[in-house]
Amino acid sequence: MTVYDKVKEILVEKFGVEEDEVKPEATFEDLDLDSLDLVEFALAAEEELGVRISDEEAEELDTLDDTVKLLEEKGATVEGG
Amino acid sequence: MGERSGMNSSGATERDIAVTGIGLVTPAGIGTDASWQGVLGGVSAAAIDPHLEGIKSDISCRVPDFDATTLLGRKAARRLDRFVQLALVAAREALVDAQLDPQEWDAPRVGVVIGCGMGGAQTWEDQHTRMLEHGPAKVSAMLIPMLVPNMVAGQVAMEYGATGPNLVTATACASGATAIGTARDLIRAGTCDIVIAGGTEAGLTPLSVAGFAQMGALSERTDDPAAASRPFDVERDGFVPAEAAGLLILERTAHARARGVRSHARLVGYGASADAYHVTAPDPEGKGAGQAIRAALDDAGLDAGDVDHVNAHGTSTPLNDVSEARTVRRILGDEVAVTSTKGVTGHSLGAAGAIEAVFTVLAVRHDLIPPTANLDSQDPEIELDVVAKSPRETTVDVALSNSFGFGGQNAVLAVAKA
Repeated sequence: MTVYDKVKEILVEKFGVEEDEVKPEATFEDLDLDSLDLVEFALAAEEELGVRISDEEAEELDTLDDTVKLLEEKGATVEGG
Repeated sequence: MGERSGMNSSGATERDIAVTGIGLVTPAGIGTDASWQGVLGGVSAAAIDPHLEGIKSDISCRVPDFDATTLLGRKAARRLDRFVQLALVAAREALVDAQLDPQEWDAPRVGVVIGCGMGGAQTWEDQHTRMLEHGPAKVSAMLIPMLVPNMVAGQVAMEYGATGPNLVTATACASGATAIGTARDLIRAGTCDIVIAGGTEAGLTPLSVAGFAQMGALSERTDDPAAASRPFDVERDGFVPAEAAGLLILERTAHARARGVRSHARLVGYGASADAYHVTAPDPEGKGAGQAIRAALDDAGLDAGDVDHVNAHGTSTPLNDVSEARTVRRILGDEVAVTSTKGVTGHSLGAAGAIEAVFTVLAVRHDLIPPTANLDSQDPEIELDVVAKSPRETTVDVALSNSFGFGGQNAVLAVAKA
């Protein structure tokens, strides 16, 4: 499982996003997630991937691809991935 | 009913308000038809509630099969507390029933007034547990928007684009009736043409139910939960907590007439008062409740003898029912047909006044009074004609709906045929 797969899993399971809507180029806005959801997403990412996204960084998140890159830069790892 | 100026051919006056839409989500079912058939059937919705395990009164009346994802979508299921979800489903039904298209209405003239006693109780408890277990940094950013009681009126406005006055009333178990009365005032004052008004509650959480149990307010008939809510019965021992939402579309009569929409009934009077007596016990002489009933009659220009039916507050607590019965008898006499639909639905606190206002509207519309469930042996101290066992077919031109809240807040609505 990659970091992208994990992000997808969080979005589908915790935020009720349809699986086929999750694409690397999709933005949080495309997925109908607002600034409060981004704070929630940061909490979930910290729990699942062990890296912290600050509130400032969360506000800047745009596409899922950017998000995955930020998480990987911070050293996010997925067990077995 | 006295002759008054400004009456038109149907007897309606410009002071009257038309009830053009209704929506219900109750323990008797989702939707007005299911709920009405449920209360007419007279079978209690009360059951042992696994979520309340360990509480001495672990009985509740929950809305059956309420699936927020199916009814409202995933986002609403995740981001809204249940008290808002129940209200959104009731609001949708009421607007469709009133044949209103929010795309076409004059948005600043449309208000929303909804009563709620507790707000997002489940959200409070879930997030408090989370904070204790994982620390404050793990508390959801959605905590506040999900739990504040006013959010229900805000969400209804957001969903339908109603930009007029928007508020939530909190008078405990009278909240729903207070909301309807307040909405009526907004229309009479000329501020609104339409108000979406009613009440909602979803507080069947371990902490809040434990609190009611510790007060001694709840029935402890856990060996026979379906018989636990038994208003006016000699064996009653407390109320059964419930969740529900009820919303009405109240409309300026001329506005409803211009749209050519039928009315279920007219809201002709509202009376409110405070006991100024005790935090939970009703004034034993029912002074505050009586004052509210008289105020509603005066407001409607009605005499006591005009009232055919009372949908009582009738909680099934020993104190309320006898105090209310004495008050009703003193003011309205012993011939008025009284019922308490809480025998079926339980006591939905901030929603109760609203769902019972809808049942009162339906009784007036259909000339049909639902029975009081579980009334096997009427308390001899209740010297009233209480409808029991089966619905009563009788002319109901005028009816009252009583609501009395902890804190001594009383609200009485008067409803008359359209």
